[in-house]
Amino acid sequence: MTEVDLAVTSLRDLNAALHGPDPAPRWRVANPRGAHALAAGIDAPVEVEVDGHVGYYCAGMNKQATVRVHGNAGTGVAENMMSGTVVVEGNASQSAGATAHGGLLVIHGDASARCGISMKGADIVVHGSVGHMSAFMAQKGRLVVCGDAGDALGDSIYEARLYVRGEAAGLGADCVEKEMRDEHRDELRELLERAGVEGAEPSQFRRYGSARRLYNFHVDHAGEY
Amino acid sequence: MGRPGWHPGLRESALFDRNVIHEIQRAAREGIYDIRGFGAKREVPHFDDLLFLGASMSRYPLEGYRERCDTNVVLGARHAKAPLRLDIPITIAGMSFGALSAPAKEALGRGASEVGTSTTTGDGGMTPEERGHSKTLVYQLLPSRYGMNPDDLRRADAIEIVVGQGAKPGGGGMLLGQKISDRVAEMRDLPKGIDQRSACRHPDWTGPDDLEIKIHELREITDWEKPIFVKVGATRPYFDTALAVKSGADVVVMDGMQGGTAATQEVFIEHVGIPTLAAIRPAVDALQDLGVHREVQLVVSGGVRSGADVAKALALGADAVSIGVAAIVALGDNSPEYEEGYEEIGSSAGFYDDWQEGRDPAGISTQDDDLAARFDAELGGRRLANYLRTMVLEAQTIARACGKSHLHNLEPEDLVALTIEAAAMARVPLAGTGWVPGPSG
Repeated sequence: MTEVDLAVTSLRDLNAALHGPDPAPRWRVANPRGAHALAAGIDAPVEVEVDGHVGYYCAGMNKQATVRVHGNAGTGVAENMMSGTVVVEGNASQSAGATAHGGLLVIHGDASARCGISMKGADIVVHGSVGHMSAFMAQKGRLVVCGDAGDALGDSIYEARLYVRGEAAGLGADCVEKEMRDEHRDELRELLERAGVEGAEPSQFRRYGSARRLYNFHVDHAGEY
Repeated sequence: MGRPGWHPGLRESALFDRNVIHEIQRAAREGIYDIRGFGAKREVPHFDDLLFLGASMSRYPLEGYRERCDTNVVLGARHAKAPLRLDIPITIAGMSFGALSAPAKEALGRGASEVGTSTTTGDGGMTPEERGHSKTLVYQLLPSRYGMNPDDLRRADAIEIVVGQGAKPGGGGMLLGQKISDRVAEMRDLPKGIDQRSACRHPDWTGPDDLEIKIHELREITDWEKPIFVKVGATRPYFDTALAVKSGADVVVMDGMQGGTAATQEVFIEHVGIPTLAAIRPAVDALQDLGVHREVQLVVSGGVRSGADVAKALALGADAVSIGVAAIVALGDNSPEYEEGYEEIGSSAGFYDDWQEGRDPAGISTQDDDLAARFDAELGGRRLANYLRTMVLEAQTIARACGKSHLHNLEPEDLVALTIEAAAMARVPLAGTGWVPGPSG
């Protein structure tokens, strides 16, 4: 275990070491104190444990790595992630998992607005609730919300699949509730298991996705916007 | 000589001319705004409204062809370990694969590389062809983040954060279903054939304080090597430039309303944003007020067509210019060679702007394999290189006449204006007078 104390070592030195040609396999970071871009841009199968709260863009553009934050995360945690796993044990601020192409983002607490905005293939599992405009323009991937979803869920959504156990305060443009079939229950069960969610059954969730009415502009649908 | 259908006594309304009548009737028929490519077509104050004074009794000119007039520029030395070192101050603006065919993107890379300048990706990611043929490639980070990934970020020579573009400040990207081919769809993670209207705001930052943190993240991911550009559509150039500098930009790209687009609402192109000429001095003011003029470079785009335009932009304080529409035209867009093809789709060489439809007879703004195959990337690249060389020679001719040994030594004092509007915008005297219209005059 390589231990780094950000009260002593600079963020630049930490990230440079994580980007190095042959980084150590396991890292523990103390005193993050809300640092931005912590563990951003890793492209190696390393494990990073962060003891404390992180600022914006923690694990941004992550590839391969597993990053676990023992605290809360600021805006854009795991933004544009390509692969790997990012776990936030506390709450996450807005735009968690924004535009993420792959990998798994797990948030044990709540996520704020725009969780999964423009997601492009990643899986996001939120044990708690998500704020408004979550999954805005979500293109691909799956967002699982074990609590409630804020207003305008899935606005202008493309082909991402959304699963919500609680209430959605409102659905955004072109987002509709869809039938839960066996294939959806199966993938949801697998996602809940991977994210360590206990006490939740796929049968408790509703599925939301695109009505595809806005895929090609038609004047009769202009009111949908 | 009358126009077809006209005879004495028929008077066309200045307010409701035939284009206006056509547009009202089209809107009534189709129920949707007009979408097209190209840039603003209305007449606005521009570089044509400025003239260089040249040397005379009080200034010494330099000998053409004999005395040096350098053209190189360094972009992004403020924070980046590896700034761009370009041989000429004319770069190729961001244009997406998707909007343009793969061979057209390749030609842009070939042409730019041949003369030692950069080209830029667009709203759709980086293609291997583009990377392979571009010696210096700027990778755009747009609100959509289509195709965005850390590998390409590291493969790029610079990163351009697009806040807006001159053709549509405040608007997002647009690519209609006809051009979302299998390859384009795959690169953008979208279903094939849908109308793609990408976001106008970035998904993970809002405002300059956030942008500062975003830029920090991009520097961390790329280990502080790449210059970071911030591109804005010209609207409030003083404040946007100041905020871009505050956010940590190495380079500010200011795109005036004449800047091109692959597909945007006509009403947006013609009615939002300010002319390029009006944007330069306020942007330079911001850099000077912050004490970073020339340390943070200013790249100006939007309607740059000739070496004269280049020289005028530089004289007003820009470090470089960027071209989009002109580069496409150099590749062969709107060439009379394809007149028959243009007529078949209801247009004509010199007027064609339906780049959004993907039916370009020249094979440039299309994703149709047969049309794209008409375009010769090697020939297109050579044409672009020729055009860029010509512009540089023109700008050097003017600079030498003004006694300048580097294009960057051109200055506002070398210019006068032909109109009061241009004089006020460029803050140079109306020709033949000492009058600079403005707050103090």
